[in-house]
Amino acid sequence: MRIVTKRNGLIALLILAFSFPYIAQNDYYLHMLTLSFIWAIAVYGINLLSGYTGYLSLAHAGFFAIGAYSLGLLTVKAEMNFWLALAGACVITCVIGLLIGLIALRTKEHFFAIYTLCVGYIIYLVIDKWEGLTEGVRGLIGIPAPGSIGPITFDTAASQYYLVLLFLLAVIVIMYRIIHSLTGRTYIAIRNSEDLARTIGISTMKNKLTAFVLSTFFAGLAGALYASFIRFIGPDIGSTAIMFDLLMYLLVGGIGTLSGPLVGTLLLVILSQNLQFLQKYRMLIFGPLLTLIIIFYPRGLAGAAFEWQRKRRDKKLSMVRADMHMKAEEG
Amino acid sequence: MLKLIDVAVAYGSFTAIKRVNIEVEKGEIVVLLGANGAGKSTTFRSISGISKLARGEIHFQGSPIGGRAPDKNVREGIVQCAEGRKLFPRMTVQENLKMGAYVHRKKKDDIKRSLEYVYHLFPVLREKHHDEAGSLSGGQQQMLAIGRALMSKPKLLMLDEPSIGLAPLIVEQMFQVIEEINREGITILLAEQNANAALGIAKKGYVFENGEIVVQGTATELLANDEVKKAYIGA
Repeated sequence: MRIVTKRNGLIALLILAFSFPYIAQNDYYLHMLTLSFIWAIAVYGINLLSGYTGYLSLAHAGFFAIGAYSLGLLTVKAEMNFWLALAGACVITCVIGLLIGLIALRTKEHFFAIYTLCVGYIIYLVIDKWEGLTEGVRGLIGIPAPGSIGPITFDTAASQYYLVLLFLLAVIVIMYRIIHSLTGRTYIAIRNSEDLARTIGISTMKNKLTAFVLSTFFAGLAGALYASFIRFIGPDIGSTAIMFDLLMYLLVGGIGTLSGPLVGTLLLVILSQNLQFLQKYRMLIFGPLLTLIIIFYPRGLAGAAFEWQRKRRDKKLSMVRADMHMKAEEG
Repeated sequence: MLKLIDVAVAYGSFTAIKRVNIEVEKGEIVVLLGANGAGKSTTFRSISGISKLARGEIHFQGSPIGGRAPDKNVREGIVQCAEGRKLFPRMTVQENLKMGAYVHRKKKDDIKRSLEYVYHLFPVLREKHHDEAGSLSGGQQQMLAIGRALMSKPKLLMLDEPSIGLAPLIVEQMFQVIEEINREGITILLAEQNANAALGIAKKGYVFENGEIVVQGTATELLANDEVKKAYIGA
C-alpha cells in the first residue's frame, strides 16, 4: 500500500485547511489566506473561460467589481439581508455577463482579449464616475459582514475563513464536475478547434455563452465575498491592475488545469506578502519569474507537475513492456 | 438526396468556389477529385454549413439547407469528417468517439450501440480505447476520425481526403471500410487526390480545378478521360 497517493494528499490538504485557524498564530495569516481564497474563486472563473474554452477574458476584474458593488449596494443602500444580497449579486453579474458575452463572443482570439479589456475598463469607469450610485472614488463604506445562519455567526476572522473556504471548496467541486462532464469536454473541444467542434454538431455560440456566464458567476461570487469580508470597496477593485494580478495567478498556477488557480493564487499572494519589504521592486522578481514560467511551463506549475507525472508513468510502462517482451522471448 | 445548385463561397474578396453543381443520390458513393486548394474542402464546408454561401442553393432530402447552422445539419444527418485527421488529441479514443455522438447525447443506449458498431468496424480502436488520441498512428487516427463521424449516425457522410499521408496497404483497408460503411446505407461524398482508388469504389465523380467543376461523369468515364488520367492517375 502506498501512503503518498493523490487521495491521501487531498485529505491531508483538507485537514490542513480546516485546522489552519488553530495553527495560525495570529489573525493576519488567516486574513491573508481568506483573501487569497476569494481571489482564487475569481481565478477559477477566468480559468473556465480562458483555460478550458480558449477565450482569454480581460474583463473579469470588472465582473468581480460588479459582484462586489452589487452586494455592497444591496446591503448598504437597499438594506437587504446578506444572503439574499449575495444571491442577488451573483444574478446581477450573470445578467450583465450574458449581455456582454452576447457581443464579445462574436470576436475571437486577440480581438476577444482586446474587446474584453475595453469592457473591463468601461466597467471600472462607470463605477468610478457614477457617484450617485457608487459613491465614486469615496467608495462604499459599512458593508455588513455575512449575516448569521441560525446560531452560526460570521463575526470572527476564523468563522469568515471557514465561510470562504466552504465557498472555495464548492467552486472547486463544481469545476471538477464541469470539466469531467460532457459539458467540459464540449468547452475543451471548442478550445481545440471551433470548426471541428461545429462539424460534430456542437452549437459553439450557445456553449461559449454558457461558459462565459458561468465564469462571470464565479467572478461575481468572489467579488461579493470580497465586499462582505473587507467591508469597504472602491472602484480600484475593477481596475486593470487587479485583472493582470488575477491573470498572473492563473498563468503561474497553470491555465487550463484544475489545481492551477488555487496553487498560483496562494503562492503569489503569500510570496508578494513576504516580499512586502521590497515594495515596488517586487516586480523585479515577479517579471522574470513569470517570463520563465511561461517559456518553460506554458501550463504553469500544475501543468509542469502533470507532465512530470506523465513522463514517469510512460517510463514505467515502457519498462514493464520491455520486461514482458523479454519474458515472452525466454518462454 | 443532396443537390448543390450554382453554389459559390467567398472568403473576403477571394472566391473559393463558384458555379458548383453537384447531385448525389441516396446510397451512392460520389467522389470529388482535385488538387490542393481546388475547392473540395470548401464545398464540404458549404454543405455542412460552416462556410456561408455567397450564392446558390443547397437541398438535402428535398428541403433547402443553405445558411442553416452546422449543428442542425449534423442532427439531420449531414456529417463531415474533416481533413488532416482532426481529433481531440488529449482526449482518449473513447472520449473522442463519444464526442462524435454529441447530438445524440441524451440517448445513452444508442451511443452504446454506435460505439459497438465503430469498434466492430475498427477493432484496433477497441484495443486502444483508453489511449490518448494523440498517441495513435496516422492510420489509426484516420480510423478514429471516421469512427467519430459515424457516431453521429450520418445519412450523408463527407470524407475529406481519408487516404492522405497513409501507407498504401492502409489506404486499401481504408477504402474497403468506406465501401462497408456505404453498404450499411450511408451515402458517401468523398474528396480525394488518389483518383484511382477513389474511382474504384465510386459511382460517379466531379473534377475540381480553381474552384470550379471542370469534368464530371461516371467512374468509368472519368477513368477513361485523358485529362483525368494525366492529372491524377499518372498514366
